[in-house]
Amino acid sequence: MDLAFFGVQLLNGLQYGLLLFLIASGLTLIFGIMGIINLAHGAMYMIGAYLVYDLNLRLGNFWLAIVVAVPIAVALGLIIERLFLDTLYKRDHLYQVLLTFGLILVINEVQRIIWGGDVHSVAVPSPFDTSLQLTSNLQYSVYRLFLMGVCLALAAVIYWVIRHTRLGIIIRAGAVDRDMVEGLGINVRTLFTLIFSAGVALTAFAGMIAAPLSTIAPGMGDSILITCFVVVVIGGIGSIKGAFWGAILIGMAETFGSVLIPSLASMVIYLIMAAVLLVKPRGLFA
Amino acid sequence: MSNEPILATHGLIRRFGGLVAVSDVDFDVRPGEIHAILGPNGAGKSTLINLLSGEIPPSEGQVLFHGKPIQGKSVRQIARMGIGRSHQKTNIFPRLNCLQNCELASRIHMGGVFGSWRSRQRARKVSERALEVLETCHLVHRAYTPAADMSYGEQRQLQIAMVLATAPTLMLLDEPMAGMGREETWQVTELLKSLTDRYTLVLIEHDMDSVFCLADRITVMVDGCVLESGTTDQIRTSEKVREVYLGRHHEEATA
Amino acid sequence: MLHRYPRRVAIIMLALTLCVAVFPLWGPAVFGDQVDFIQEKLTLMVILALFTMSLDLLVGIVGLVSLGHALFFGVGAYTLALASPEYSAASLWWMLPLVIAVAAITAFVVGLLVIRTKGIFFIMSTLAFGQMFFYLISTSQFAGGTDGLFIMFRPSVTFGETTLLDLSNSQTFFYFCLGLLIVGYLFMRWLTRSYFGQVLDGIHDNEHRMQALGYATSGYKLVAFVIAGVLAAIAGMLAAMQYGFANPVQLGWHTSGEVLMMLILGGMGTIFGPILGAFAYEILLYVYEHLTVHWPILMGLTIIASVLVLPRGIAGLIIAPPWNRKKTPVAKEQAAESVIPPNSIQRNEG
Repeated sequence: MDLAFFGVQLLNGLQYGLLLFLIASGLTLIFGIMGIINLAHGAMYMIGAYLVYDLNLRLGNFWLAIVVAVPIAVALGLIIERLFLDTLYKRDHLYQVLLTFGLILVINEVQRIIWGGDVHSVAVPSPFDTSLQLTSNLQYSVYRLFLMGVCLALAAVIYWVIRHTRLGIIIRAGAVDRDMVEGLGINVRTLFTLIFSAGVALTAFAGMIAAPLSTIAPGMGDSILITCFVVVVIGGIGSIKGAFWGAILIGMAETFGSVLIPSLASMVIYLIMAAVLLVKPRGLFA
Repeated sequence: MSNEPILATHGLIRRFGGLVAVSDVDFDVRPGEIHAILGPNGAGKSTLINLLSGEIPPSEGQVLFHGKPIQGKSVRQIARMGIGRSHQKTNIFPRLNCLQNCELASRIHMGGVFGSWRSRQRARKVSERALEVLETCHLVHRAYTPAADMSYGEQRQLQIAMVLATAPTLMLLDEPMAGMGREETWQVTELLKSLTDRYTLVLIEHDMDSVFCLADRITVMVDGCVLESGTTDQIRTSEKVREVYLGRHHEEATA
Repeated sequence: MLHRYPRRVAIIMLALTLCVAVFPLWGPAVFGDQVDFIQEKLTLMVILALFTMSLDLLVGIVGLVSLGHALFFGVGAYTLALASPEYSAASLWWMLPLVIAVAAITAFVVGLLVIRTKGIFFIMSTLAFGQMFFYLISTSQFAGGTDGLFIMFRPSVTFGETTLLDLSNSQTFFYFCLGLLIVGYLFMRWLTRSYFGQVLDGIHDNEHRMQALGYATSGYKLVAFVIAGVLAAIAGMLAAMQYGFANPVQLGWHTSGEVLMMLILGGMGTIFGPILGAFAYEILLYVYEHLTVHWPILMGLTIIASVLVLPRGIAGLIIAPPWNRKKTPVAKEQAAESVIPPNSIQRNEG
């Protein structure tokens, strides 16, 4: 493997990792603060991708499509939280698992009804539909670089919110001791709705900006969900920092795994997880 | 009875982040005594008892049980060394009945780790032991009542019975009378008194009357430190204690 | 008392078992020429009932919510497929012990890792391990990749030269499965009422307290995990015999989700509930599939509804019918007296 090729894989791994972070951060926040395990998280990623595909066709502009799609995703999160999760906060994780599994079935099927079972794609939007010449025979998509930039910017925003705002203090307190938040005289209902919608928006947004790079297909949310579970388990539940480093690690592992040891590629991330569980059962950053 | 302490701590410190919950505590328990820990809320009593039972590790210092450090041992191992404890929150198995709760406690101390399958004879021994502690705790008439259906006071008594059933050499009781009415408090006080000839007890309690009636020795804690430690009479007459603790109580009462 | 139920439970279960057992007598009259198909469905339900029951040991009894239980179902199916000779029948006498051994070893190794985790971590790591095996199998040449493996012959049950059971006969196979389900049920009933079961109940209610009493709770949980894994593998082996193939889908996480659904539908922690759940789920599935191609929506909504309004499942309805809920004024009075609300008692773990 020459250096340029290695560099490209490094960038790919980083980009994939950053995307995973967007999804996993929502997952880990929702669990850390609300104590809810949301299996439908991946389905929302898929919905994000399909929304952008659909709106891109209707509006003829990728960026406009995103602007319209994000509020729809937030609204969806709001509806789900208010309609279904409200009753589940005090109940066992089992019921959360089952209810959100039921939601997956419904969402996946609604997707089929609206958009059918075909595979779609979205063209890389201008002005990023060019590539960068790295060496004489290696190019790198500018859109991928742009995507990395967006993810990093969002990561920075999340970091800032958690470190330097009142909301962040509440979030950090909640991740350690949920009862404490209730004791602080905070309107927990509003906080939960906010967190859940934000988490759903993050994952749906990830689906949107990743749409030009991925094949948009039914069930695409399932595999990403499980990868994000691995990220969260590795990083430590409720820890944004853990989600970040876990995501980068998994992004790299999967990218390099598929290049170096294709026969074991799909196993690599699980082997890493097993190793982490063996050493630190509560995750690296718990 | 020898006067070698059954449990001792040396320079015990526990920090939570920047907060020092237990600061440089030397503390010992002699066989056969009731040693009460007294102190205002937030004085570090519960942290101390959690350190003694090995549920949290100390930041510095050591806990010695029969002269051997308990550090690095799991809660389970420490329990099986003979330290039994009850928790501040009622901590029983609500779906099991009273007798089964006690059997669960006694069985583990009458056989191997996976001895749960074994003989009829052993089963009888386990039940006998469970009934015995129920009798001690005046709960025999409740033996077949599901724990969830018992009154709060009875549940607290059951909790003590379960600790007894593990046949400990040292019992750590975290506010056994918490949330009880006068009548029940006296019942439990009597119960604890009746245990003194066979067991060594460490007791956290807020109820002053019970403490002064029960304890052989008292350690008073304030802000994570030991303010004073001595016999009940010494504590009763201690100026320091009167000033800091009883005084504070007094102010509250008059305010 | 725990794991002891009103008499009507026994009556209903016996009646249903009898009803299913004599299906060959009444089936043809009701279903006409569809009877063979229905009998195959029934066999499948019996197999799934065994599978769901094995999960109940983890979820309902010990309180370990596994989202990777299909892994063991798949282990059973693939062990059979891989160990069967291509052109002749294997003997059940060594196939069954082999499946049990492979499942026990797998469950032991996976269990060692996942038992260390708690609550949501347990859910996520069981899911991830299940997927790990899913990918391992579906990308492996030896296991037939995504196509899976075919099993040409069902194992033989012989004694010397005589064939005791001809499992290739669908009716014999049906009774064979039913028999195993009944044996499995009796085993679980015995297990939950044993001391071991009592310890598991204790762990479910308050694991920390069990440790404080001196119990090595991880050991007990691991044993339960292995037993559940072995039972699931037996069900998986039967399923592979029934279908005639082993497929990666059998160990995917949707299968794990489905079996959880059957469990909640039937009523967890009751041993008999899961059996009802598996039957109810399969019947619903059959009905929904005939109603619309978009049946997953109906199934999803059914599950959401049952979580919201029927968390104790069908078993809960039988044990305490809504029209027959005993009012216990004494218990209520005492609850009011208690300072700590009853539901906060259990919330002491880590």
